[in-house]
Amino acid sequence: MAKFEYAPAPESRAVVDLKPSYGLFINGEFTETEGGSAFKSISPATEEVLAEVTDASEADVDRAVAAARRAFNGAWGRMSGADRGKYLFRIARILQERAREFAVLETLDNGKPIKESRDVDVPLAAAHFFYHAGWADKLEYASLGSNPRPHGVVGQVIPWNFPLLMLAWKIAPALAAGNTVVLKPAETTPLTALLFAEVCQQADLPAGVVNIVTGAGATGQAIVDHPGVDKLAFTGSTGVGKMIARSIAGTRKKATLELGGKAANIIFDDAAIDQAVEGIVNGIFFNQGHVCCAGSRLLVQESIADDVDKRLKRRLSTLRVGDPLDKNTDVGAINSKAQLQRITELTAAGEAEGATRWSPECELPSKGFWFRPTVFTGVSQTHRIAQEEIFGPVLSVLTFRTPHEAVAKANNTPYGLSAGVWTEKGSRILWMADQLRAGVVWANTFNKFDPTSPFGGYKESGYGREGGRHGLEAYVTTEGKA
Amino acid sequence: MSPATTQNQRTPAADTRVDVRKTYKLYIGGKFPRSESGRSYEVTDAKGRFLANAAQGSRKDARDAVVAARGAVAGWAGATAYNRGQVLYRVAEVMEGRRAQFVAEVRASEGVTERQAESLVSQAIDRWVWYAGWSDKYAQVLGGLNPVAGPYFDISAPEPTGVVAVLAPQASSLLGLVSVVAPVIVSGNTAVVLTSELRPLPAITLSEALATSDVPGGVVNLITGRTAEVAPWLASHRDVNAIDLAGAAGAADVVWGDLELAAAENLKRVLRPAGTSADAVEPDWTRTPDLSRLTAFLETKTVWHPKGR
Repeated sequence: MAKFEYAPAPESRAVVDLKPSYGLFINGEFTETEGGSAFKSISPATEEVLAEVTDASEADVDRAVAAARRAFNGAWGRMSGADRGKYLFRIARILQERAREFAVLETLDNGKPIKESRDVDVPLAAAHFFYHAGWADKLEYASLGSNPRPHGVVGQVIPWNFPLLMLAWKIAPALAAGNTVVLKPAETTPLTALLFAEVCQQADLPAGVVNIVTGAGATGQAIVDHPGVDKLAFTGSTGVGKMIARSIAGTRKKATLELGGKAANIIFDDAAIDQAVEGIVNGIFFNQGHVCCAGSRLLVQESIADDVDKRLKRRLSTLRVGDPLDKNTDVGAINSKAQLQRITELTAAGEAEGATRWSPECELPSKGFWFRPTVFTGVSQTHRIAQEEIFGPVLSVLTFRTPHEAVAKANNTPYGLSAGVWTEKGSRILWMADQLRAGVVWANTFNKFDPTSPFGGYKESGYGREGGRHGLEAYVTTEGKA
Repeated sequence: MSPATTQNQRTPAADTRVDVRKTYKLYIGGKFPRSESGRSYEVTDAKGRFLANAAQGSRKDARDAVVAARGAVAGWAGATAYNRGQVLYRVAEVMEGRRAQFVAEVRASEGVTERQAESLVSQAIDRWVWYAGWSDKYAQVLGGLNPVAGPYFDISAPEPTGVVAVLAPQASSLLGLVSVVAPVIVSGNTAVVLTSELRPLPAITLSEALATSDVPGGVVNLITGRTAEVAPWLASHRDVNAIDLAGAAGAADVVWGDLELAAAENLKRVLRPAGTSADAVEPDWTRTPDLSRLTAFLETKTVWHPKGR
């Protein structure tokens, strides 16, 4: 059969208007740093410099926290829930209005395919604001306890895999509950957060309610350590999550941590195999595998392992890897050189430990950071690629014979964020869901997200939930709470 | 002489211009028909001065409206909660853009001051926003997992009841109307609304906002006319699932108990008017509502499923 060729279908960059350099968004306006420096944000697909961004100093963080405190003690703290909600509704609407601009900028800065930023990241971010807007004047209905009140100033540090979406997951519930925010976007993906600052201005959000400080680890640490911060919310690696947990030990600061994962995607022999294969591909190759809940371990029942292997590799050969701005692209660029090195190192360890490596034939662009979709078979539970989070487009395949064995293997990591179960037997789905030590279990689907649905992990995948009624709990204190 | 001044000389000043007045019609299935009966009745302001001739809806109009409402249930109840929330929010946006007209009509209808009318319209808009926020939350508040004593997954969740007949409040022509219609439709029900009999004009203007707010045709149907004439046909209609009797308070020749009696024929869910004993009183619509008007038109569905490997 002749190969079906795609014509290039590039999304236009014209919708994005980048400034050469950006300051910090503090107290409702962009300001220059006090003693900080600058760094460059590049496109990982081309290594082109997109803009210069501020590396905020401790003094900058201090100013941001002070602005957030003033807003909390002032206009925002006094405002009715209904009025807070109206600001959040405005933000949701502006995100919808400027959706294409955000999608293109996200793809430029992050390297993810435009079809994902356009159809997943940005619409979900807007939906998060819309959902939480409605909660702002209904907190007493959320069964959180009596007289739910905000904590005060919330420090939030977010990762580079879903920059705008993680911002929405953090800011929307914090503001709905009446807190004010100091947020640090990831070092490699600060641009949509800075564009979001403009959205706050267009919405006439009172000054100081949202403050965006860009920077790297030291800036994040300054937020974590700042005595004026009442509550922390972090999404990122388990390593940094543990550092934060240690930093706040013995203080009255509260924290929610959404950390790493090593999810098992479990395929039983009665599953609809083609659908399961789609779910496996979506589970690990969505967003280049830069997903904390990615289905990075495939547990397939032994009797169908060869069949699944064949169909999976056939499907992977059709994936289109390349220009993230092309609307036909399935897998984009690896977010940074450092991440590419980590993926390269772990896959080398996979080969060294004896697993069998396979990738589809595909050409990679000469510039930028790229990694072929990769499948390891013959993986055993002790291999590093079965235990450590790779955070890249790499799937480790293991087999099992019985449901009990599937459960034992699925739970055999320090993580517990998510899991997938594929079977046509409903009772088995529900039994498996009970046995799996994971915060989210997807059955006959994978990587589904919704503002109404709580998300978060067991074990070393962190604590606290984001989204839904449950996600509000992290942002309020109540009469009964000590 | 500038062209603008020339224009001014040719155009009559605003106070002498003969204005173009609106024909107030019914709103059924997304369209604006006159009453099939060909009747109309005179609507006056609070001081008895003529405002407009409103369509006097008939039994047949009501039955047509039920057909339209039933036809709209599947699509509206089948829409996502997020979608319904955005549509209700859109109603608030569109009303905000037409607030001057609402203020003028509420002022004329209810005989309140400009300032009071402004406040009533603001609250009516905000009420849409309040209920819009509920669309994707009430299921989490009202439903949930039931810890049954056995290896079963058991979950209860609310669903809309279907077509709801609504007697809109007689006194509060806009805020009261929104306060009864929004909680019916936010969950996916569709509504056949009898408007305030003597103050129907803000309701018709609301229908124009609904028609331009992505609310699908048939989800809200508005009938102006005599409450006592039309309400019994809705109360006894076999394809109506529930009835809200709020507008029985203050309606001429309406006994709400009689309507409830008729509704018993197919066990309609009945939301009684406020008040004690046989009296019906119109509540203070400016108070922040609770969930009761929303839950009145929900069914609870419980699903069992075994667990086992």
